[in-house]
Amino acid sequence: MPIEVLMPALSPTMTEGNLAKWLKHEGDEVHSGDVLAEIETDKATMEVEAVDDGRVGRILVPEGTQGVKVNQPIALLLGAGEELASSAPPTGPERTPAVAPTPVPPEEPHRATMVPPSSAPQSRGPADGAGNGRIFASPLARRMAQQAGVDLAVLTGSGPQGRIVKADIEKALSGTAIARAPAAAAAQAAPPPMPPASATPAASKERILALAGNPPYREQPLSAMRRVIARRLTEAKQTVPHFYLTIDCEIDELLKIRKELNSKSESYKISLNDFVIRAAALALCEVPAANASWSDDAILLWDTVDIAVAVALDDGLITPIVHHAERKGLAAIAKETKDLAARARSGKLKLEEFQGGTFSISNLGMYGVREFAAVINPPHGGILAVGSGEQRPVVKDGALAVATVMTCTLSCDHRAVDGAVGARFLAAFKRLVEDPLTMLL
Amino acid sequence: MSDNSFDLIVLGGGPGGYVAAIRAAQLGMRTALVERDQLGGICLNWGCIPTKALLRTSEINHLLHHLDQFGFSARDVGFDAGKVVARSRAIAKQLSNGVGYLLKKNKVSVIAGTGRLIGKGRLAVEKDGKAVAELAAPHIVLATGARARSLPGLAPDGEQVWTYKEAMVPAAIPKSLLVVGSGAIGIEFASFYNDMGADVTIVELLERVLPVEDEEISAFARKAFEKEGIKIHTGATVAAFAQAGDRVTVPIEANGKKTSLDVEKVILAVGIVGNVEGIGLEGTGVEVERSHVVVDEWLRTGEPGVYAIGDLVGPPWLAHKASHEGVICVEHIAGLNDVHPLDLRNIPACTYCRPQVASVGLTERAAREAGYELKVGHFPFIGNGKALALGAPEGMVKTVFDAKTGELLGAHMVGAEVTELIQGYAIAKTLETTEAELIRTIFPHPTLSETMHEAVLDAYGRAIHF
Repeated sequence: MPIEVLMPALSPTMTEGNLAKWLKHEGDEVHSGDVLAEIETDKATMEVEAVDDGRVGRILVPEGTQGVKVNQPIALLLGAGEELASSAPPTGPERTPAVAPTPVPPEEPHRATMVPPSSAPQSRGPADGAGNGRIFASPLARRMAQQAGVDLAVLTGSGPQGRIVKADIEKALSGTAIARAPAAAAAQAAPPPMPPASATPAASKERILALAGNPPYREQPLSAMRRVIARRLTEAKQTVPHFYLTIDCEIDELLKIRKELNSKSESYKISLNDFVIRAAALALCEVPAANASWSDDAILLWDTVDIAVAVALDDGLITPIVHHAERKGLAAIAKETKDLAARARSGKLKLEEFQGGTFSISNLGMYGVREFAAVINPPHGGILAVGSGEQRPVVKDGALAVATVMTCTLSCDHRAVDGAVGARFLAAFKRLVEDPLTMLL
Repeated sequence: MSDNSFDLIVLGGGPGGYVAAIRAAQLGMRTALVERDQLGGICLNWGCIPTKALLRTSEINHLLHHLDQFGFSARDVGFDAGKVVARSRAIAKQLSNGVGYLLKKNKVSVIAGTGRLIGKGRLAVEKDGKAVAELAAPHIVLATGARARSLPGLAPDGEQVWTYKEAMVPAAIPKSLLVVGSGAIGIEFASFYNDMGADVTIVELLERVLPVEDEEISAFARKAFEKEGIKIHTGATVAAFAQAGDRVTVPIEANGKKTSLDVEKVILAVGIVGNVEGIGLEGTGVEVERSHVVVDEWLRTGEPGVYAIGDLVGPPWLAHKASHEGVICVEHIAGLNDVHPLDLRNIPACTYCRPQVASVGLTERAAREAGYELKVGHFPFIGNGKALALGAPEGMVKTVFDAKTGELLGAHMVGAEVTELIQGYAIAKTLETTEAELIRTIFPHPTLSETMHEAVLDAYGRAIHF
């Protein structure tokens, strides 16, 4: 029997990924441990290794295919002397996995799989078949979704094999009940029933084109990362009550010390952002209430400061994490952020290097942005948006002076972090930045 | 691993317990099952199965007395109560042996005796007062079932006052009989004895017979029972019996009126209580509420590693519910991904009286009380060709839909063979079909099942044959 190589789950939350590249081709001999393919997951590229010896009989999912569901067969591996039966291989996404190809972390029990969006990219392989774009939903769920104007493609099914059932629609509607109520009432009053506006609006291509008035356009396929960014940040803006605190920091002294430190050795090069990370970490230690996350059961006050640093990529962004930032000196932070950023750009980050964290920093100062407000990356309780350091007129002791000023805006999750807490954090941060020697202690 | 260590132990070999044990074995668990009496439990030995054998007999008896309807003439039709009971017992025995075989085939270790929790993950088994074995497993599933409830002052004596058990093995058919309680058990015995020639009276505390069924179905069934000669007192209570020789005098109070009934036998069918005693629950985290064990959606008790399923945990008291709970419990223990908690609204319930009653989901009243706006459909058997051909024109199907979504909230049936028909609606509910799929479904002609289609059509004002 040919062995099915299945789309692995490379993280507990991964439900689908893109098949970025095949490193073995049909007919190639493979040995246990050989890298078969590269999978583009939520945020990084990972390798799929063979766990059996054999020969690649057939590649079922061509490279470049997007939205490949976890546990979908992606290739057939033949044993010694084995030939492929002429009949077409079964490729339904619901097949029971015969062999798990990679030791994957187990899925959370009863966590349903995400249904692939219906707007499927054109680059479907021949073996991909009808199964992949199909949304499994009960007739009742379909009708309820249609009545409520909910797009099934954005829902997660909890029924058998991830089928979307009534309970999933009810859950989706209850989550948005407050936002929906007036619209639904209006719809009931109006004689020709209009689909009520949904909090999870169907942003189908057709709808967007119609709204935009059909101007000429070209398409850029959605990468897994783009989908994750869209989903997580929509969720953050809709469910996390943000508020914003802005503070100005004078950084002339900091720039001076940075220059001195960098001139002392070639073995490190400390960036302005490394100082910001260090200062934020120390400030969070001083104000632990700001290093916190909301949960329905309790506010979780984190014992360590793990700072996620936003890194821009060509096709999105990723937030590698400086773990235990409060225990690391500037040189260590500098070395680590440089390494993380480089590997982030080449898509080689390990899972634990970009998942988690307790607080985020996003710096757009290098683009000349003076100040901005960032979207919280749940479950973090806050994110610090750092603007550019620029010379500005300031008033000192009643006289006009020139100073290099950097404006920072803290976005807080108001459920976990109140205004005064955020303000105390910013004050501590400002004090450290403006008196950078204390940061070296 | 010693011979007495298992991955999972099931206490009780009824339809909950033996199914749980077989499923556990299928999933690769080393499984033991402890049974104090007969494999198959009450269901198979003293419940569902032997009563169905009896009811088949009484149905035939009824038919034999109405042969002229079909063009026959017959004289001197009679029966031998001993043979009737023997047939019922033989069928129970055959099935019980079958369960033993299935357990063996699945390599489940069956230990005969009474089990009792004796500490974390341990169960002592004794038989006839002697210790048989001490078993250990990280998971212990309690499936000890339930037994007939007795009312204060109205204790069964096994002679004149029966529970289901004596009622199943009568030496002769009594001339007169009182059935206390008109749930499924009471009604089935009333129907059996009435069709076998007894003079049957039913006393029900609530205002209608088969009180858990839809009100219209209850009313329809009551009329049918009364037409067959059963006397029914609802909103009625019985006081302490007076027994004299082989007669029982039962004071009955109905609507403030006191009467008294003199009968040969009384059957008590006033509900059940869980078998929670003597199984070592004391001092554990297992919580017992009104004689039933409290469990969560995965059948876990308050004591880690101890689970409970079936009649022991609560209503509805149905074998198929117990079996499904057993499977869900075990699959969840095994960590399977696609396990879903039991949905009470999708459990069909059947009563095998004549005419039969079957239902699934919400009654019309329950649906209204839950705030649904409804579309309700009816279809009578008299409009169905197959029902007329069978000589069973008495019956009705009722459907209850959510007017907004078209969800089938409930289906209720009374009539011939409806217990075999209800699964169609159960599948529809489980798959979450709406009226649209049911309307599109092609029901074969001529069958009783066409009434199911028409009842759906009727809910949407589209019935063809009525």
